[in-house]
Amino acid sequence: MMRAFFRVAWQVMRKDMTVEIRSREILLTTLLFAVSVVLIFSFALVREGRAPDDVAAGILWVAISFSGTLAMGRTFERERYNDTLRALILAPADRPAIYVGKLLGLLLLMLLVEIVLVPMVGLLFAAPIFAYPGMLLMLLVSGTLGFAAVGTLFAAMLVRVRSRDTLLPVLLYPITVPVMIGGVRGTAALFQAVPDEPMARFWIGLLLFWDAIFVTLALWTFEPVMTE
Amino acid sequence: MQKLTTPFIVLSAGMLLVAPWIINAAPYESTMGLVQKVFYFHFPVAILFLVSAIICGVNSARVLFWKNERADGWAVAAAELGFVLGALTLVTGPLWARKAWGVWWVWDARLTMSLVLFLTFAAYMLLRRYGGPGSDRLGAGMALFGMVNVPFIYVSVNVWRTLHPMTSVVPTLPTDMGIPLWFCFAAFTMLFVALLNLRATLEHQRTRLEALYLAQDEA
Repeated sequence: MMRAFFRVAWQVMRKDMTVEIRSREILLTTLLFAVSVVLIFSFALVREGRAPDDVAAGILWVAISFSGTLAMGRTFERERYNDTLRALILAPADRPAIYVGKLLGLLLLMLLVEIVLVPMVGLLFAAPIFAYPGMLLMLLVSGTLGFAAVGTLFAAMLVRVRSRDTLLPVLLYPITVPVMIGGVRGTAALFQAVPDEPMARFWIGLLLFWDAIFVTLALWTFEPVMTE
Repeated sequence: MQKLTTPFIVLSAGMLLVAPWIINAAPYESTMGLVQKVFYFHFPVAILFLVSAIICGVNSARVLFWKNERADGWAVAAAELGFVLGALTLVTGPLWARKAWGVWWVWDARLTMSLVLFLTFAAYMLLRRYGGPGSDRLGAGMALFGMVNVPFIYVSVNVWRTLHPMTSVVPTLPTDMGIPLWFCFAAFTMLFVALLNLRATLEHQRTRLEALYLAQDEA
């Protein structure tokens, strides 16, 4: 039972990744968008080669959430555009497994973008990204997971709604504020002049707590909302 | 429920008319003085704000998991009331905070999450209004996520050290402050129940009318 579940999830993710590797559409557009967001921040905030203190964490997470929204809108848009959404739903598989597959695909894409994003923020805003690599990684993964968990569900639900492109961020941001706060505060604790390890650990714990809530709720609601 | 609407509105209107005198008769709080009296309105609307989030969430769950279409009317009604009550909470709170804490706003857990819940209600209403077909399901899913905030908002002041008073304050209130508080709470609750009833009835009638139109078109 459990193995079948994860096999379906794996297949859905592999399908998405195969499409993505062939076209590279979402990855490249999302990446360019994320880079432009960071650049706009650096044009706005860096004065005479000096970035203001303690802004790096905020900018990093703003770039992650903006670019993530772009990516999650596209993953389901592609299904709708190619008329494959019905086939996906009709497949004799657990709906939650399809959700998990989609979520893993999005998570992978967002983490790939972050591989470029984090060094860039470190470079432009003088953030010590290599001081605590393990904790930074934990913060990035747990924060991105919470954000992507809600985003995948909402993007899936919005596929059949009229003004989906404007509504996705409007619905997504209020709900994911706790994750954003956790990510920004935790990362800021690591980036500040005197890093505060216990603080970062506390925020990682809180992020994992929200991840658990969001993933559970999304698994519950995905089935009924995707029924026609 | 339907028969209670009119008496509840009349009764709560009368009580809210008398409320200023009762609040005026309550003793002054020793450190905060006059401004503490905002509390008699702030507490009831804040609690009902959370209650409407729960009503909205529970009814959305009934729509999603038990295919109860009528529950949707209650969810919409609760969401709209939650939006209004949230706005009232977020206005009365800072009015009090400006005098008591010296600042209009602090980013502590309870205030932040209350604002988030208010924004969630706003987004829910935007979705219901502009989402078109299919938005009711999505709205229901969203309301479930909004409801998660409620226990978090309630316990947050006991977990984090913050400026906001703890939940233990209200049960230990002296009687002469407790009476006006629960008087206002009763008045607001009756108003809430009556408005919720009216709005849900309106929504039920609207859905029925829509179904009738559809049936006529098909015939």
